[in-house]
Amino acid sequence: MFLETATRPDFGAEAETKRRKTRQRPTPIHDTGVDRVFMAGVYILLTTFLLLVLVPLINILASSFSSPAAVSSGQVFLWPVDFTLRGYEAVLGNSDILTGFRNSFFYVVAGTLISLALTVMIAYPLSRSELVGRRALIGGVLFTMLFSGGLIPTYLVVQSLGMLNTPWAMIIPAAIGAWQVLIAMTFFRSSIPAELYEAAQLDGSSDLRFLWSVVLPLSKPLLAVIALMYGIGQWNQYFSALIYLRSEDLYPLQLVLRNILVLNNNAGGTDLANQLERQQLADLMKFSLIVVSTVPVMLVYPFVARHFTKGVMIGSVKG
Amino acid sequence: MTAVLDRQVAAPSGPSEAPEASGPRLRRRLRRRLRRHWQLYLLLILPVAHFVIFSYIPMANNVIAFKDYNVVAGIWGSPWVGFEHFERFFANPVAWDLIRNTLMLSLYGFLAGFPIPVILALALNEVRLRFFKRTVQLVTYAPYFLSTVIVVSMLILIFSPRIGFMADFLGFFGQDANLLADPESFRHVYVWSDVWQTAGYSAIIFMAALAGVDPSLYEAARLDGANRLQKIWHIDLPGIAPTIVVVMILSVGGIMAIGFEKAFLLQNPLNLSQSEIIATYTYKIGLLGADFSLATAIGLFNSVINLILLVAVNIVSKRVTGNGLW
Repeated sequence: MFLETATRPDFGAEAETKRRKTRQRPTPIHDTGVDRVFMAGVYILLTTFLLLVLVPLINILASSFSSPAAVSSGQVFLWPVDFTLRGYEAVLGNSDILTGFRNSFFYVVAGTLISLALTVMIAYPLSRSELVGRRALIGGVLFTMLFSGGLIPTYLVVQSLGMLNTPWAMIIPAAIGAWQVLIAMTFFRSSIPAELYEAAQLDGSSDLRFLWSVVLPLSKPLLAVIALMYGIGQWNQYFSALIYLRSEDLYPLQLVLRNILVLNNNAGGTDLANQLERQQLADLMKFSLIVVSTVPVMLVYPFVARHFTKGVMIGSVKG
Repeated sequence: MTAVLDRQVAAPSGPSEAPEASGPRLRRRLRRRLRRHWQLYLLLILPVAHFVIFSYIPMANNVIAFKDYNVVAGIWGSPWVGFEHFERFFANPVAWDLIRNTLMLSLYGFLAGFPIPVILALALNEVRLRFFKRTVQLVTYAPYFLSTVIVVSMLILIFSPRIGFMADFLGFFGQDANLLADPESFRHVYVWSDVWQTAGYSAIIFMAALAGVDPSLYEAARLDGANRLQKIWHIDLPGIAPTIVVVMILSVGGIMAIGFEKAFLLQNPLNLSQSEIIATYTYKIGLLGADFSLATAIGLFNSVINLILLVAVNIVSKRVTGNGLW
């Protein structure tokens, strides 16, 4: 009932476009001759930067679609030479890679859900000023950003919990990020009006009920940002796997990638007649593998680019 | 319903009694506050337990740096040995190489990586072509989301003497082609690939700060006949100075915490003299060599230096600029 009267937090897409419109101000400085030279410099600088970032990416993409021989002899620059999909066939035919994909998907989904739940569970109470010991708890969270236990002491904890070589080791030890807690806390404090809580309280709503039926529905953009942060972090990480996992059928994609791409462990045999060809295919496959393993991240990138920026900005506001 | 209303009425009278509240009364009020919001405390149990188990117990576990840890006796049962492990570490000539490598890598990274996002943000802020601005932002932002494994793999492929296009490019300038096998080049590859990956992302925070600069300042500058460069120097830069300081302190705090992941992946036997840093050495000594106590001592030394640096920079920055993290 109080929902209708509530104003939405200033975080949605409508607010963003409105803000963007009002921010469009007329060029405040009249361009003089000096300014024209200066602006030319700005455009040259930015174009250079754009190319520096773009060229390596395009090179990888072009190589991944080229023939094994062209890749191995270094003929590819920005356009595929002798277009073929053989690299992708090799990637999709490799059972280690497919296992890695499956494991990573599991770690991302399970890990993100757990991280999201834990983050809301700590950030929401911390955003409420009635909470006894609030400042001390926030201090405790912040301190973990400045000082950490270190590799071996953390390893000993994971070991004593019996998590070594289980999927839990990938998900639980790093489940909460202090940074994400801060972002969520700042959001709850600044975007959920106190009047809303008072109205809910008059209607007899408990704290949990209020969190579930009012705060969370109003916080969808925030939840999306945090889920993306955790999800991408989980997808990209290999360190936990490196230290906590032994059996290869638990390996996430990134560790499989490291074994193939960095350590150069080819799945190839030793048949001498085919060796050259195998070597060439192995080279090509590396390019295709880079592309394939990045596809999931690039699929969510449009959402990321839209929401992440705001997440970074909220994070930059001191709470 | 009436109960809720009663409590509503009762609540405001609480704080007004505060000055003359005596001990037992205070405790009673505290208990009432706890009971009233018990659900909030219920929510806190799991995440707080997580912080205790995975952040604070590891901090306590650092005591094994001062003990001779053995698995049978456990962390608290193992005998104390004082600073023996620290002495053992510093007696090893490798120690100074590690410290030098770690410091050089992060200082270089800081000096090269810090100004570029600021310049990028200032330049983007001048651009009026929406499409161009968007494109540059979207593209430079993207590499941040590539995993370290992927970035290192790209480096290995692109710099590979046989396959990569950079080999031809460097050869043109008479440079030795195989940078990853050359210890002298390791630092440059490490730092500039980092800049490549993170500059677009780091620029966002400065873009946000620039959007918050008071537009009336620009109008004043216009009346005074300032050109663009003067506008940047006298309005934009002072406007984002607090943000710059905070970001700077944060990166100084990370100076000794230079990432394990990338150095470890970029390492090979040929560049080890420059690429072995404290983090990678700790991993090798501790997890591969199973010398838990020595590895913990090295890690603790690293974390403590890091904390001291962070606190020191914050103090200096507060004195000098008035801005700090806390």
